[in-house]
Amino acid sequence: MKKNMNKNYFEVLRPGINSTFQDNGRNNFYHIGIPFSGAMDNRNFLLANTISNNGINNPVLEFAYQGPILKYVGENISINVTGDVNFKIIRKNKNLKFSCYENIVLENNDCLDILSTNRSVYGYLSIGGTFEVDYYLNSCSTNTKAKIGANSGKKLETGQIIQLKNIKKILPKNKIEYLNSKIENIRIIKGPHFDYFSKDAIDSFFSNEFNVTKLSDRMGIRLKGPKINNIKNTNIKSEGLVKGVIQITADGDPIIMLSDHGTIGGYPKIGVVISADYDKLVQIPPGSKIKFKEINLKDAETIFKLYEMETQNLISSIK
Amino acid sequence: MIKNISNLGDAALYCDFGNEVNKEINRNVINYFNNLRDSNFLGITNITPSYNKLVISFDLKLTSFAKLKKQVENLELKKNNNLKNNLIKIPVCCAEEFALDIKRLQKLLKINEAKIYETFFSKNYYCYMTGFIAGMPFLGDMDKSLFAKRLETPRVKVPKNSIGITEKFCNIYTFESPGGWNIIGKTPIDIFDNKKNTEPNLVNPGDTISFYPISKLEYEKKYE
Repeated sequence: MKKNMNKNYFEVLRPGINSTFQDNGRNNFYHIGIPFSGAMDNRNFLLANTISNNGINNPVLEFAYQGPILKYVGENISINVTGDVNFKIIRKNKNLKFSCYENIVLENNDCLDILSTNRSVYGYLSIGGTFEVDYYLNSCSTNTKAKIGANSGKKLETGQIIQLKNIKKILPKNKIEYLNSKIENIRIIKGPHFDYFSKDAIDSFFSNEFNVTKLSDRMGIRLKGPKINNIKNTNIKSEGLVKGVIQITADGDPIIMLSDHGTIGGYPKIGVVISADYDKLVQIPPGSKIKFKEINLKDAETIFKLYEMETQNLISSIK
Repeated sequence: MIKNISNLGDAALYCDFGNEVNKEINRNVINYFNNLRDSNFLGITNITPSYNKLVISFDLKLTSFAKLKKQVENLELKKNNNLKNNLIKIPVCCAEEFALDIKRLQKLLKINEAKIYETFFSKNYYCYMTGFIAGMPFLGDMDKSLFAKRLETPRVKVPKNSIGITEKFCNIYTFESPGGWNIIGKTPIDIFDNKKNTEPNLVNPGDTISFYPISKLEYEKKYE
């Protein structure tokens, strides 16, 4: 434990499966091999900070599947959880249940137990205050591969202390009514190597369902389904990738690149997931099925505007 | 010059400079990259140069494919703007425990170990791009006699700072990572320094690299 400890902190009793600090992510470092990172589900990240009356780029704690158990020490503090998350507070041996998307008060010696995300992957914990974290290249987002960002680039670990600063007075409830809708149809735009695949392969790609495998994380989602046969070349000269790109590996399996993806890749790109579907895509857990649907650029742009409007409406609906 | 600009999804431009991999095309890509970095076009979030392509990602809340495409097409290039051409010398230790694939290469290339190293160290290499993992440089071109395929089964873990070769390229594994390149040695120098907040990369696109051999003793000294 550090010597100059603040009087407000969390002690990590259980780290959870993949708990990391995230913010908006890191721009402008793809060219040196550093991906965007940042909160996977941008809408839920925004809502978490909004409910806490924080700046939109304030650090949050992101967790996946099973989240952490955090023991709180300090003065009363407002916290909120976003996503489709099952959590409780253990206060003097009593289990208290609360809802997501509203401020609740955490008292000295409370234990926040984030049990699980429901039929989804990521959830967020935000506080009326700021997690004291390290910044690297203008962002606190943890990238465990390059070992950079908050927490020395590592996931949370048992026993560690998370210092808090700028604790706000207890906040109003700031409740948002929001249901995370689940999707199975992912809309995509044709990629630059669409013609590397036979007509049959393309038909098969759009008409069949794919299984989301366990080999999925913040870097990418690996899918299994019918093999997508390549008629030109299973390799291309390595080139830049972006979030949501779907590459077809030499084995004929699709892999969708997510926020911590390698910045360049050498497999043909059959398509790119539209920006408006990204937040929902990352929430699809292993074991689920997804299906791709092709749309054009103009429609994708319109759908994104609508999605943004919906997010803004949610933010202004705060009570 | 850019041959064609298409969209990569709804939030990126895919700029094609041609199909070949050569220095001339790549210098063009890097020149565009440098000019775009100085352009301050609204909404650009990342620019990724590679051998013969340039991918420009943008924030769809701030701009659009059509808008940014027009700006890139009308971009006035300042000649060889900031085109870096540093010469960077990198020591390599080829001790048996670091040269994981040298035996395989001797068989595959039908050249002895001494000749492989002599050929490898006799050339300078040009950095086409960096990436995949943080700071990893893609360097070329290798002498034709050293062209070797990737391992059929990639290693699950290539040790950090290993020097790998495949086809006409060589690289340096900046982190422990999966990989299929033929490993011929290891450098004691960190190519990516995750403690440095500015320019954490030792090698950048457009730079020239010369490798030189060091003994195990020198390797251990540099490592201290």
